[in-house]
Amino acid sequence: MNLRTPLGRVRGLGPSNEATAHWWAERLTAIAMVPLTFLFVVLMIAFRGAERDQVIALMGNPLVAITMLLVIVAVFYHMRLAVQVVVEDYIHHEAVKMTILVLLPLGCVALGTAGAFAVLKLAFGG
Amino acid sequence: MTQHERPLSPHLQIYKPQLTSVMSIFHRITGMGLAGGALLLTWWLVAAAAGPEAFGVAQAFFGSWLGYLILFGLSFALFYHLCNGIRHLIWDAGYCLDIEDVYTTGWIMLASAVGLTVLAWAIGLTVGG
Repeated sequence: MNLRTPLGRVRGLGPSNEATAHWWAERLTAIAMVPLTFLFVVLMIAFRGAERDQVIALMGNPLVAITMLLVIVAVFYHMRLAVQVVVEDYIHHEAVKMTILVLLPLGCVALGTAGAFAVLKLAFGG
Repeated sequence: MTQHERPLSPHLQIYKPQLTSVMSIFHRITGMGLAGGALLLTWWLVAAAAGPEAFGVAQAFFGSWLGYLILFGLSFALFYHLCNGIRHLIWDAGYCLDIEDVYTTGWIMLASAVGLTVLAWAIGLTVGG
C-alpha cells in the first residue's frame, strides 16, 4: 500500500530508485581504475617530454591506445557520478544546482569524446 | 519572530580534527582536484592530436616549473585518492570497519600514497622522457 499523498505522487516526491545503480557504477569504475591507474602512470612517464612523433609512435601500440581509452571512459564516468554528489552536498541554490547538474554529464560526455577522439587520431598516425 | 543564530549541531568549531575526518575530506578534495586533472589530460591529448604547434604549447606548459608543480600535486592526489579509494572499497565489502582498523588502514594508505608518489617521481625523473 502506498502511503504517499496524491499531491506527493503528482509532484514525484520520494526516492528516485536510482541510488543503488549510481553507487554500484561508482564502485565498478573505481575497481577498474585500480589497475588502470598504475598503467596510466607508467604511460605518463613514458610520454614525459616526448616529441609529437614519439607520442604518435607510442599511441600506435594498440595496448597503449586501448588503455588510454579505458582510462578516459572510467575517469569521466566516475567523475560524473562523484562530482554530482559533491554538488548535491554543497550547492542549495536551486537554479545554480540544476544548471550544474545538467552541464556536468553533458560536459563529461563531450570532454570524454574529445579525449577518445584524440587518442584514436594519434593511434592511427596523427 | 526574531531569527536567532543557533548552531545546528557540533560542527567544525567544536570537533578536533582526527585522522578519520581529515582523510575523509581529503578524499573529496583530491577527487575534485583530479577532476581538474582530467580536464588538463584532455587538453594535452587534444593538443597532441591537433598538431605540432598546439602540442608545443601544451608541452611547454607541463615542462615549466608551474606545470611540474601541478603535475606533482596531481600525482599525489591520484595516489592518495587511489589508496584511500581502495580503503573505501574494503569498507564497502564490510571489512576493517572497527575504529582500530580504520586508523591502521588509514596510516597504511597515507604512507602508501606518499611512497607511491615518491617512487613514481623517482622513476619518472630518471627513466622517463
